[in-house]
Amino acid sequence: MRMQLNQSKNSVSKSRFAEKLALAATALVGTAIHAQENDAEWDFSASAFAYSEIDRVSAAELIFTGEKDFSDTSNFSFKVVLDSLTGASANGAIAQATPQTFTRVSANGQYAIAAFETPTDNNYRDTRAQVNVSWTDALTEDTRYTVGSNLSKEIDYLSFGVSGELAKDFDRRNTTLSAGVSLGVDRFAPLGNVPLAFASMVVDNGQFASNAEFQTAFDATRTTESETINTAELLLGWTQVVNRRMLFQFNYGFANISGYLTDPYKILSLVDNSGISQDYIYENRPDSKQQHSVFGLMKYHLDESIFDVSYRYVSNDWDIQSHTIDTHWRFFSDNGSFWEPHVRFYQQSAAEFYTPFLSQAQLSLPAPGPEFASADYRIGDLTAYTIGLKYGFQLEDGDRAEVRLEYYKQTPNDANRPSGIANLENIDLYPEVDAVILQFNYFF
Amino acid sequence: MILGALLTFLSGCSSMGVEPWDRDLLAKPEMAVNSSPLDQAIDDHIYFSKEASSGGRSFAGGGCGCN
Repeated sequence: MRMQLNQSKNSVSKSRFAEKLALAATALVGTAIHAQENDAEWDFSASAFAYSEIDRVSAAELIFTGEKDFSDTSNFSFKVVLDSLTGASANGAIAQATPQTFTRVSANGQYAIAAFETPTDNNYRDTRAQVNVSWTDALTEDTRYTVGSNLSKEIDYLSFGVSGELAKDFDRRNTTLSAGVSLGVDRFAPLGNVPLAFASMVVDNGQFASNAEFQTAFDATRTTESETINTAELLLGWTQVVNRRMLFQFNYGFANISGYLTDPYKILSLVDNSGISQDYIYENRPDSKQQHSVFGLMKYHLDESIFDVSYRYVSNDWDIQSHTIDTHWRFFSDNGSFWEPHVRFYQQSAAEFYTPFLSQAQLSLPAPGPEFASADYRIGDLTAYTIGLKYGFQLEDGDRAEVRLEYYKQTPNDANRPSGIANLENIDLYPEVDAVILQFNYFF
Repeated sequence: MILGALLTFLSGCSSMGVEPWDRDLLAKPEMAVNSSPLDQAIDDHIYFSKEASSGGRSFAGGGCGCN
């Protein structure tokens, strides 16, 4: 299908901008591939999107992709991603009836949170650059392989991965079975170094004689070593053409992730029997996670539209199970334009060690304290909805463009659960997340 | 809908598939299993950052340990 896609695109004359980019991309890929160049043209796409949570994080991202057939069976593709995050990110502590003060992650200053406000670090910033490359070619008439690699760099994070996949067609190419493996190695060097599990956040409330004394106390809660994360994944796929209008895809995936899986920037409130914060302690998560996933997709071509729906079930040994239903319905209009509504539903159960806060009663002897704990709402019991609409249209020179607007709402399912502490009943322990996403795609 | 589709799928095992000359609709780019890779990449990034599950359609990725 990809070959047919490329053939149809190549029949359209390229804009001059695309021609210049094609020259640049060929130069970047290098002479080895250049030597095999045939008459196929580069296909490029670019995307810009903005993501904005109300009163929280904002993100902007640019994606640039290119691909080209280097023979009847081989294809090279690349993707470059640049993104930037700014705004306020929940630090894990709960709101209080009085103002609170926290130390910034790098110990460089403090931030104050008003009474009844969910604590967020409003100085959250990150930038990321990512490069992916992929090469696919045929081994036999009905068997092909794909190999790929990705490199991603953030301020505090470096990620490198390789992947390989074999796919074989059966029954007049109506059935395709595939098997893929992916390996990743990540290195994490958090700002302010790695906090010790359950160490208290050192907050300068005037008890230190000097900044040096504060820094010494802060450093005592840290290790200076960077941490690593190793990922190994298996993905088995089955794609089946049912009839002239319908096809299915089924995937099974297994992932084994090991290493430092704690979020070093997240803390928990340690409250007394009255619900008043006595301390802020750094979270701690297990150092391994195993995940199974099952994914099914159905696409159906109606007379003037294409409908698709997918279901995904994910289960991991942190006791998180999730269900995702995702559906699009593309309605074709005149002149190559289309409208595409999108609806997504997501529900997950909480990790076994998720808790919105810790109480001193939980930590008091003789009962042993928890081995792991995190107040990160993203591993809590939650439901999320996305609704969106995309409009695509053809430009006069043959290029295409798309605009997509989406709204995302995440609602914690514990919102009505009693906290067990009377004074916390009027505190919003489980805030919602609302986000708007605006995206522009351009294909040339 | 998925269940209904699956039942249709299983009951029709013997007659599934099309001849090459019947691929006019299936050959459309929009009928590829991942027909909007840019949207997919962006969605994967957003949901990876806000939810505890990733992958399924493709590799889950290790990424940051923040979820």
